[in-house]
Amino acid sequence: MAKIHVSTTINGEPLEYLCDASASMLDILRGPLGLTGTKEGCGTGDCGACSVTVDGRLMCSCLMLAVEAEGKQIGTIEGMAQGGELHPLQQKFLEMAALQCGICTPGVLISARSLLEKNPDPTEEEVRFGLAGNLCRCTGYDKIVRAVMETAAEMREAAR
Amino acid sequence: MNEMSTKWIGARTIRPDGADKVTGRAQYSADYNMPGMVWGKILRSPHAHAAIRSIDTSKAEALPGVKAVVTAKDMVSFPVDKAVALGIQDMRWMARNMLAHEKALFHGHPIAAVAAINEQVAAEACKLIVVDYEVLPHAIEIEDAIKPDAPILHDFMKHEGKPSNIAGTMVLKAGDIENGFAEADVVVERTFTTRPVHQGYIEPHACTVSYAADGRVTIWSSSQGQFMVRAMTSLLTGIPQSNIRAIPAEIGGGFGAKTIVYLEPVAVLLSKKSGRPVKIVMSRDDVQRATGPAPGSLMTVKIGAKKDGTLVAAKGDFYLQAGCLPGSPLRGPVGCSFAAYAIPNVLSTGYDVVSNRSKVAAYRAPGAPHGAFAAETVLDEIAEKLGLDPLEMRIRNSVKPGDKAIYGAVFGDVTFTETVDAIRKHPHYKAPLDKNPRPGVKRGRGVASGFWYNAGGESSVQVNITEDGNVVVTTGHPDVGGSRASIANVVAELIGIEHGRVNVIIGDTQTIGFSNLTGGSRVTFASAMVATASCEKVIGQLKDRAAKIWKIDADAVKWEDGMALPAGDNAGKFPPLSLKELAAKANEMGGPIGTQVQLNTTGADPGFATHCVDVEVDVDLGIIRVLRYTAAQDVGRALHPSYVEGQIQGGVVQGIGWALSEEYLYDKNGKVDNATFLDYRMPVCSDVPMIEALVIEIPNSKHPQGVRGVGEAPIVPPLAAIANAVYDALGKRFFALPMSPPKVTERLDAAD
Repeated sequence: MAKIHVSTTINGEPLEYLCDASASMLDILRGPLGLTGTKEGCGTGDCGACSVTVDGRLMCSCLMLAVEAEGKQIGTIEGMAQGGELHPLQQKFLEMAALQCGICTPGVLISARSLLEKNPDPTEEEVRFGLAGNLCRCTGYDKIVRAVMETAAEMREAAR
Repeated sequence: MNEMSTKWIGARTIRPDGADKVTGRAQYSADYNMPGMVWGKILRSPHAHAAIRSIDTSKAEALPGVKAVVTAKDMVSFPVDKAVALGIQDMRWMARNMLAHEKALFHGHPIAAVAAINEQVAAEACKLIVVDYEVLPHAIEIEDAIKPDAPILHDFMKHEGKPSNIAGTMVLKAGDIENGFAEADVVVERTFTTRPVHQGYIEPHACTVSYAADGRVTIWSSSQGQFMVRAMTSLLTGIPQSNIRAIPAEIGGGFGAKTIVYLEPVAVLLSKKSGRPVKIVMSRDDVQRATGPAPGSLMTVKIGAKKDGTLVAAKGDFYLQAGCLPGSPLRGPVGCSFAAYAIPNVLSTGYDVVSNRSKVAAYRAPGAPHGAFAAETVLDEIAEKLGLDPLEMRIRNSVKPGDKAIYGAVFGDVTFTETVDAIRKHPHYKAPLDKNPRPGVKRGRGVASGFWYNAGGESSVQVNITEDGNVVVTTGHPDVGGSRASIANVVAELIGIEHGRVNVIIGDTQTIGFSNLTGGSRVTFASAMVATASCEKVIGQLKDRAAKIWKIDADAVKWEDGMALPAGDNAGKFPPLSLKELAAKANEMGGPIGTQVQLNTTGADPGFATHCVDVEVDVDLGIIRVLRYTAAQDVGRALHPSYVEGQIQGGVVQGIGWALSEEYLYDKNGKVDNATFLDYRMPVCSDVPMIEALVIEIPNSKHPQGVRGVGEAPIVPPLAAIANAVYDALGKRFFALPMSPPKVTERLDAAD
């Protein structure tokens, strides 16, 4: 079967690819596009390691068909730092040791950024429910929640 | 312990591997590719138990795009009657786990493997392999596997002279158990069950391998030991270790289960046969069905005490579900369950039970959480019967330095009571708890303790001074949770330079000396020890160089704050020589500066932990929530406190999952019924509270920085601590895990 041509924008860069109708967005990101920062933990939308944004909306890229990216803006972990400067969440995760093995970290960061865009002043409970779609098996979540809340506080301060 | 300043040891520095991990650049095992690479896929058994009469791969081989097909016949053969040990593993069983030999032993057991131009063709080829199975009756649960008429998995296996699924036993004893119980004023005996649980790492197993035309092999994969990968691959393929370069990818969680391999030797056979690099990536379904998990258990524990709370006798029978091949972690429950207590009469017996599920793999303090669930629940009941504070009773019975453990060692430092005391004095333990906060809701508080052996073992490190006067450290241990960060702290401290001038990387099997697995809570202990020895040698070299430049005796030079200085006024007056200055002169003064140190490290004293937890039970829905959790542990010395806390917090939350929600479910055909993260329910962020880690630092006198292993003890107490808290809330004890909503409501509805 002929492949389908898709024009999309990934991390602000316009690009095109050919894909099978059945290919997931995750398959295309990690395969032909070489964006392996997005991880596959389950392939069933249960772990959040493949989280990306699609026109600003948080998605599991394993549950999205690659053809659905046509005309959309996709955001992946590779686009989170601006040039050489880390996003405040990335910096805070390093400072507060909010990662251990790091496999869930790209997805957690994408998810946390989405959360703070919608809710710049979340309670602990809101952070916990906001990140409930991202499994982490190493940290027990404690330092992740603290890092997200601390980043939110600093970003609010910076925005004043 | 050395007297030293602590500018970097104990500092919360940024980990050397951090920036790559928060930007998606870190390469995990599935992130590697090779030119000309083909894809491997594993054909798995559709039966829980079946004899394999024949395998016909001819149709698969004929499919266009298929490059190779392998079965167990392509592997080195390990007859069942001759043990071939590699560490704690036996290659007879590893070989049969990786590719089924005589029998398919569980649903999902690998039967054959295919390499093809893409994953679709590989999957298509798997369907064309014709396997003639003779389906046999199966047994999954321990009770079913040890029944007199149970289907026997292995004809060669005998227990007490009869064919049996009991692969082996382990017995430890002290004193006279019958006399012990005769002396007791109160005796409690209970039977417990726990379900198999998966380690739950988020990164599925994967590898990319290249078998080159000259027979040299390169393996990119994540594991808890690249040397284990090399050794097992060598044994199973017959390729000498010198020709296998195992490169450790970043590891996305292991928790013990990546101390063995499933894919790499198979991929090497496919690569050799096809002449192409081969990549295999497991699906989550594969991971849940056919890797790990930790064993389920059936345990009876009986403990006797005097009226004053003195423990006089303890007996444990621990049946662990090995999965389809021998290898349950018997030393966990048998050795650890009573180890923290000075009990004169002990009889502790473990049974390794095979059944038709995937072979168990290590999981954080293997076997110890099971045993502690049983023993610490019984202790709670004894304390209650005697009207004693459960923490007070633990302190009263703590082992002492010089006591002989039932597993043979003599205790050196014992810091158990410090962990109990830390909880006893903590505001959490004293805080009022409203046990009936609202209708339909009950609250309770529980405590429990835990013990883990800890370990030393082989470790290699290189410390090299770069030409521009900075430091590169190469260790041989995969970093599962911050060991590079800890070693960077140690080396910056000892060399006396800014932390940012030290880089720590992990070497592959052909670039660094043998280093044993990342497991057993050993890596920070062992690698800090060899890094210290290596730094001392490097400092010796640097002092020699300064002495040569100054033309004085090397003994007259001291090393401070990253600089060589005359040791005293008698040595002469010279301006200090910095690391950078000495590095710049290295070649003219004798050559490159650096050392490798390789040791079999010893002196890893055991770890003790005591936990306190508050729970809330919705008595109508059966939902148990953890409200507050405090975990005290002696860590000896926290080289990097954040990652020490992280180990404790992570271990506790895994324990919460084990206690409340995680379990394997099987259908009537013996197939895993919940092989997804949706149905295998690990704690998510909204399930748990903050976990307060009380990091106690009593330096281990046998370690240069005072380190004691940290990673495993934290998962030992939670199961019992939560069960004891649930009892405090409901007045009913739970002897079976998990305490999931259907089981809680069932128990609450029961008549007792």
